[in-house]
Amino acid sequence: MAEYQNLFTRVQVTAPHYPGIPHDPRGVWVRGVKASANYWLGKIGDAQIGPFYLGSTGVASILCFIIAFEIVGLNMLASVNWNPLQFIRQLFWLALEPPAPQYGLRIPPLSDGGWHLMAGFFLTMSVLLWWVRTYNLARKLKMGTHTAWAFASAIFLFLVLGFIRPVLMGSWSEGVPFGIFAHLDWTAAFSLRYGNLLYNPFHALSIVFLYGSVLLFAMHAGTIMAVSPSAVNAKWSSRSIAVPPPSARRSSGDGPWASTPPWNRFTAGHGGSRCCAP
Amino acid sequence: MAMLNFERKYRIRGGTLVGGDLFDFWFGAFYVGFFGITAAFFSLLGTALLVYGAAIGPTWNLWQINIAPPDLSYGLGLAPLHAGGIWQLVTICAVGAFVSWALREVEICRKLGMGYHVPVAFSSAILAYVTLQIVRPVLLGAWGHAFPYGIFSHLDWVSNIAYQYLHFHYNPAHMVAVTFFFTTVLALALHGSLVLSALNPPKGEVVKGAEHENTFFRDNIGYSIGTLGIHRFGLLLAINAGVWSAICIVVSGPFWTRSWTDWWAWWLNLPIWN
Repeated sequence: MAEYQNLFTRVQVTAPHYPGIPHDPRGVWVRGVKASANYWLGKIGDAQIGPFYLGSTGVASILCFIIAFEIVGLNMLASVNWNPLQFIRQLFWLALEPPAPQYGLRIPPLSDGGWHLMAGFFLTMSVLLWWVRTYNLARKLKMGTHTAWAFASAIFLFLVLGFIRPVLMGSWSEGVPFGIFAHLDWTAAFSLRYGNLLYNPFHALSIVFLYGSVLLFAMHAGTIMAVSPSAVNAKWSSRSIAVPPPSARRSSGDGPWASTPPWNRFTAGHGGSRCCAP
Repeated sequence: MAMLNFERKYRIRGGTLVGGDLFDFWFGAFYVGFFGITAAFFSLLGTALLVYGAAIGPTWNLWQINIAPPDLSYGLGLAPLHAGGIWQLVTICAVGAFVSWALREVEICRKLGMGYHVPVAFSSAILAYVTLQIVRPVLLGAWGHAFPYGIFSHLDWVSNIAYQYLHFHYNPAHMVAVTFFFTTVLALALHGSLVLSALNPPKGEVVKGAEHENTFFRDNIGYSIGTLGIHRFGLLLAINAGVWSAICIVVSGPFWTRSWTDWWAWWLNLPIWN
């Protein structure tokens, strides 16, 4: 019995890992050579993990992120008196808040919002360095830099929230706190402050683009999945649909499909005689 | 180019869900089909009803036109046309048009020998709509719990419902839905930009393919999901965005009536903290 098999569904082929397109060999940083494979990742996409390229901006970005993460985490831990159990219990409620309004754009004491500024600084550095890395990697591989610019639009939103708008408003207190429920509270308070943010025409546009992207991706990804061999074959080889007699068909033109309706085209492996010689 | 040459080969009768060859024809580039007829019927009737509702309403201002559901006192009964009846008919038309469109997609998929992924994805959006306008009002016992048709009025409804539960962002299913929405947008931005970056290399460079795409993502974040995998993943994300939207609204009211901030008390009161 003929059975279609491909790399993505029923069989996972184990092969040597793909090392990647060679880089320009100049420079101190080279791509790692280690790669591994994960069976469950292979259920959805490619099973191969790595090899990873570190690079100087990558190392600097990771370091900045760790510093920002630690500042936020240790401040939260301090706020529950260094009790690890309470830290886990209250994690969603804990926050690192921005400075009070009276400090304006001056540097406040560490305990009064200074840590918030510092965490924000290192997180911003981390994100900007990762942007440089994204840009440079595209150039190394002689590709366009579109991914870096898509990333830049998200960075722009991040900068507006934490830096540009607070500076324009003249106070670091306008920044968003770090914390799960804290940032939700900030969002609700922000909306109330301006009456109803849903009436902001740019918020309305933003929502339209957000939903529009999801709709577009659903349609695009759905179409690709629907015509991929795994989907088409799984569906049509295991099912038979009544084929109208030739006299009932209204196809025109020539070629193999003229005599075989598409809803029966993929049963060729079972039926044998009907179709599909090129 | 009204019709591409190869399109001729796909214009084949059959594969319909109901009615055999009835309405099994094309109008220009568009496949009609039984469900194309019903979709056109419901959408035209629904639009006409909305215009009628606007005509008997107080304003023609596009932002302020409001076709509201019946008052809560009507419960789940039929309301007079001028007191929410139009809203009820429009809702029937909307569901009829959406479902017709989904079934028309199914027929087109069958004609082309494709999987049903697109209509399945569309169904998650229909599920969210039906949950908002039918399932939740039925569970709460009145059509008046559904949202009104109007630009500003539906924004007011969203705002009011959110404050009815004090702080809707604390709704855990809403958190999941928002996360899926944002992640879908992120994944589409990464996918779209990656394809464009491979197809538009710097001046004088050859166009790149999947090997470069994989290498770029493995270099950058250590993993590349692959050309087919990104679509499987994106479809999964997008469908989840719709499904979790439906879940987050159906639990608000029928299954939880207090502030969503209070819901989290179970976590703070777990016995493991003692």
